[in-house]
Amino acid sequence: MPGEKQATTELYKRTLVAGLWNENPVFRLLLGMCPTLAVTAAVKPAFTMGLSVIFVLVCSNIVVSFMRNLLKPHLRILMFTLTIATFVTIADLFLRAFQPRMSEVLGPYVPLIIVNCIIICRAETCASKNNLIVSIIDALGMGVGFTLTLCVLAGVREILSTGAIWEIPILPAGFVPWAAMRMPVGAFITLGLLLALVNAVTKRKT
Amino acid sequence: MDTLNILLIGFISIVIVKNLVLTKFLGICPYLGVSGRIDMAFGMGMAVTFVVTLSGTLTWMIDHWVLMKFGLGVTRYVCFILVIAGAVQLVEMYVRKFFPFLYKSFGIFLPLITTNCAILGLCLFINLWGIDNLLEAVVLSFGAGIGFTMAICIMAGIRENLNLADVPECLKGAPITLITAGLLTLAFMGFAGMIR
Repeated sequence: MPGEKQATTELYKRTLVAGLWNENPVFRLLLGMCPTLAVTAAVKPAFTMGLSVIFVLVCSNIVVSFMRNLLKPHLRILMFTLTIATFVTIADLFLRAFQPRMSEVLGPYVPLIIVNCIIICRAETCASKNNLIVSIIDALGMGVGFTLTLCVLAGVREILSTGAIWEIPILPAGFVPWAAMRMPVGAFITLGLLLALVNAVTKRKT
Repeated sequence: MDTLNILLIGFISIVIVKNLVLTKFLGICPYLGVSGRIDMAFGMGMAVTFVVTLSGTLTWMIDHWVLMKFGLGVTRYVCFILVIAGAVQLVEMYVRKFFPFLYKSFGIFLPLITTNCAILGLCLFINLWGIDNLLEAVVLSFGAGIGFTMAICIMAGIRENLNLADVPECLKGAPITLITAGLLTLAFMGFAGMIR
């Protein structure tokens, strides 16, 4: 039936867009704060982190969606974390082999993807209840939303701390770098102000 | 005497200088989520301290006596997360049996200790720093828990007073908490370089 098909496409589109803005994991749900703050001193590591999270999120959503009928309630979380840990190990070994420098910069924050709340949250609220396609689309939307947020935050911090983006200098030579932006202080305060901005924008819209 | 010195310095450094929450961004979720009231923050801190001491010790033992011996380093993350999940289950059962009131007020946050980055993060840092002494690993894990409790209690104290302050509309909730956390890390940066 054409109407039914349209409804499904509509659902897919809504799921995809939800992750980008309405349910953006960082700005709206306040999930995955640890990597958000830790790896955003520059755009490159932030982007790598985002890609790893997309990989793990998609793979674990696929597996969880496959086994959603076999899950026992009290072992649910354990099954999720084990699935995720497996894929994170793959991502970590891959980074270590092909991007050794990036792997060193990210350090323990790659294995810490295991305990990134976004992935468990998606497995719990989406993949364990929906079919394969919806789960994949949801994972992609959430992952891309997360990556974009990370890049925005990292962009602001990198410009202010070094005057460059993606290690390409863009600000004029007279610019005095703000060293504080590279430190934990910069991360917390930038994210706080960005959240305030998002709040203000949404309030004006409604 | 020498060992005691190393242990003491290690303890102080993990509580203050290398505080997991304020310098390594670990355990930010409960730090922002449960820091609304000081008694709950303290309870959470105690639960985390217990779990982190237990799992830090156990993962060190498994890592050094099993994984490294048989060259199973690849399965390290899976093993670590299994140990942590088990320890959390233990704490959950204990709290539900003996402190039903506390159990109710924690709600979803108790099982979520499993996904508290501070715990897995500490296990990974112990591995990364190459701690090769069981006693040192135990002291570091316990110190990490105490550091977390301290950070979350300071935050809860500030937030209780923040409720009375006149905060701009769009900064209410998470943004002002993050900015406060930023200022706190600035204060703790003063300790950097104090030890080593």
